[in-house]
Amino acid sequence: MCRVVDLRQAVLAKNDEAAQVLRTELTARGTTVVNLLSSPGSGKTALLERELLLARERGVAVAALTADLATENDALRLARSGVPVKQVLTDGLCHLEAAMLGRHLDGWLPGDTRLLFVENVGNLVCPAGYDLGESLRVVLASVTEGEDKPLKYPTAFGLAQLVVVTKTDIARAVEFDEAAFRANVEQVNPGVEVVLTSARAGEGLGVLLDRALAVGAGGGAHAPVMARQQHAEAHGHGHGHGHAHADAHGHSHGHGHDHDHDDDHDHARDEGHDHDHDGDHEHPHVQTVAQTR
Amino acid sequence: MHEMSIAMAVVGQVEEAARAGGAHAVTSVRLQVGELAGVVPDALAFCFELACAGTVLEGAELVTESVTARARCGSCPGTWAVGMPPELCCPGCGRATDVELLSGRELEILSVRWEDGPAGAPTREPIPEEA
Repeated sequence: MCRVVDLRQAVLAKNDEAAQVLRTELTARGTTVVNLLSSPGSGKTALLERELLLARERGVAVAALTADLATENDALRLARSGVPVKQVLTDGLCHLEAAMLGRHLDGWLPGDTRLLFVENVGNLVCPAGYDLGESLRVVLASVTEGEDKPLKYPTAFGLAQLVVVTKTDIARAVEFDEAAFRANVEQVNPGVEVVLTSARAGEGLGVLLDRALAVGAGGGAHAPVMARQQHAEAHGHGHGHGHAHADAHGHSHGHGHDHDHDDDHDHARDEGHDHDHDGDHEHPHVQTVAQTR
Repeated sequence: MHEMSIAMAVVGQVEEAARAGGAHAVTSVRLQVGELAGVVPDALAFCFELACAGTVLEGAELVTESVTARARCGSCPGTWAVGMPPELCCPGCGRATDVELLSGRELEILSVRWEDGPAGAPTREPIPEEA
């Protein structure tokens, strides 16, 4: 016979649960995850390179995982800082998911890591809906991208806990209107901090590191309005994309089903692969893992 | 284009529920998609059809209910439709310290219609020759 069955299950519940588990585990061992989102070419890698180097100079144990569709160029650049770096190739997938991240950290992430920077796939649409277990979500935009970027990608900017403007050294040349940009950010994410940086000129360097460390020390991150949706029903819908509410909403759904493309076949893993451009300190420890569907 | 991942997650969850409920064919899935969920219904419908192929959902219809994003301010009366791009500062007082998003982030499977009953029960009109 034909019947209609009420399911009331959040579609991303499985990812949200995996993210929550990861956040709990990593927090317990003293690691804070920072999820970096931006368009391709907005300067995530250049800024991160500088922040990693700074962290190393200050003796803060950091690591970075960078995701791209192809090439290990970003990992090679980040590895110059001398901190542990891992490249994940998503093989076409437009975003990272929590379970995928968890598997990549297994057996790789050094136990004493205080900050793990995750450079998501360059994309402002898809990664926005996927909680990776981060404690700080950062959205970056370069001065060349237009002041209305936050309005064009409201979900990404609306869920950010820190907004970073990059390439301010060329702001004047491209007539970047800082006030308009700030007003647009404020519209979709009232109260979020906006930081101006230039990896080239040195403006704002260290702020990302400081904010991440503050969150790791229990300082609490900004709670975006968009992440604060209240659920009227007592049973909750389980899609806590927000990091503001760290509830696991555990009701029965989607267990054990491998719905995604993130089975790691772990081929093409070239461990230890030394791209050590500046030779004198420890191996940069780059790892590449191809991600196949 | 994460709609494929979303579609596969929907199919996976429905398959599991269908298995648990003894269903042998799923005919439709009702999904609630908020304005701020970051999902394009047309792209999702396209991916859904592909994701259903070869599963108990083969040929199932996807019914999408969209949900308007609304918010309210703790200091001002009433609620407002935040629109797209969303306006999350209170249109009354201009502040956002006490703004609460009431709806708009939904991405939820509401219900599923399926065929169950004794295994091998006909799911189609019998062909006259068989009768």
